[in-house]
Amino acid sequence: MINIFMQNWQTILNGFWITILSSLIGLGGSLLLGTIFALMELAPNKILKFIGNAFVEFFRNIPLLVITLFFYVVVAKDFKISGFWAGTIGLILYTSAFVAECIRGGINSVDEGQMEGARANGLTYTQAMIHIVLPQGFKLAIPSLGNQFINLVKNSSILSFVAGFDLMYQANVISGANLDPFNTYIIVGIFYLIITGLLSTVMRQIEDRLGKGRLQ
Amino acid sequence: MSKAKLKRMGLFASVILVIILIGGVMLGINARERQNKETDALSQIKQTHVMRWGVKCDTRLFGLISPKTEQSEGFDVDIARAITKQIAKDNHTHIKSEFTPVTTNSKIQLLKNKQVDAVAASMTITPERAKIVDFSKPYFPAGQSILVKKNSGIKNIKDLNNSKSTVIGVMGTTALETTKKFAPKAHLIAMPDNSQAFSALESAQGQAMTTDNAILYGFTQQSNNVEVVGKPFTNQPYGLGVDKGQTQLNNAVNKALAEIIKDGTYNRLIKKWFSNIPGLDWRDLTK
Repeated sequence: MINIFMQNWQTILNGFWITILSSLIGLGGSLLLGTIFALMELAPNKILKFIGNAFVEFFRNIPLLVITLFFYVVVAKDFKISGFWAGTIGLILYTSAFVAECIRGGINSVDEGQMEGARANGLTYTQAMIHIVLPQGFKLAIPSLGNQFINLVKNSSILSFVAGFDLMYQANVISGANLDPFNTYIIVGIFYLIITGLLSTVMRQIEDRLGKGRLQ
Repeated sequence: MSKAKLKRMGLFASVILVIILIGGVMLGINARERQNKETDALSQIKQTHVMRWGVKCDTRLFGLISPKTEQSEGFDVDIARAITKQIAKDNHTHIKSEFTPVTTNSKIQLLKNKQVDAVAASMTITPERAKIVDFSKPYFPAGQSILVKKNSGIKNIKDLNNSKSTVIGVMGTTALETTKKFAPKAHLIAMPDNSQAFSALESAQGQAMTTDNAILYGFTQQSNNVEVVGKPFTNQPYGLGVDKGQTQLNNAVNKALAEIIKDGTYNRLIKKWFSNIPGLDWRDLTK
């Protein structure tokens, strides 16, 4: 097992880096998109609400592989799009649907009095939402967001299907050459554990820190 | 519960988890070794009257799932069937052939896991593979070629030797390694199977797709806007594979192969599958 790592460490680290990069872009992108669509879902405006709901239901209910292959094979006919970006865009769209649901759940658990109080003090709906309700909702959504982000990291292995040069792709290439998938996949599993383990720790710390603020 | 107590419990839980993990891996390795020491595949085939073959399901001409029968059909499948029949005849018994779809990436793994007895999956005989599986005598003379879109201006593999070109291959094949030798400057990407590699070529993810010429000719039958260009630049005959150490089964397969070549079954199958392909003369393939 150590042999395989010593022989292919450059390839494996390259894949590791691509997986991290794709996960980071996916995390940022899906957090942003997810928040926007969560706010749209909760908006009083019927059209916005419809768009938000439609987006979430659409991307939540299609397999990630289908979204990714759509970008890699169909969209690529008109726009040049590499495997890395096809996979990452797929990840962002897919994950943001789940993130939107988490954040909507968080906002819904914020006491209604918060919104009413803010409105009574003269804030507009948008101001009250952004400054008062959303920050509290976010805090409540953090545990379930952590779940989604761990899923995101693991789902980034979708890049291997579209030649995105990620960890899983390199594992397939290496095991195709040395014909020892057993040990190769164990090594790759360890590398995924490193990312997700770190991510869990960070999420828990954020949770702890924000949790203390809420108790007062 | 106090904080110290919680911490101790957490520590205890993680220790147990690590033990379970290590134990699981050990058990897995153990089970694998036990599996490897199993009995002779040929006698098992004779006992159960079933020979399990791994065949392709995504490769036109060799093994492609037919929507009508939901079974793989192709030259590999027919050869496997003919060899099974011949082995049955040699042993004066009846043996049914059973087919399991495999991909280029999974064929060896399925063989090692004993999920199939033998593989007929357009598999090139290579020294690396020969270390872990036993090959029969070559049964098909393949060579690597490139498939490009019509009017691409690419005439042969040398035209791809620049940093602007991307060559698409299939994971787990030898084709990409070989391409590195003939076009070292080109970018290489690997797709999970032949059909996806072809889709990638059609969506211009690369300028050329490379694999064995016989497989590429299958795609020219399927689509009008692609062509195989240049002469094959390698000589990589296909072999049937059995698990390492299954010498008796391998001998039986070799004997059967020689017999179906002798009685004309082989040439009949070559004619059946390769007689109407533009740019390929099936008579060159007969034995």
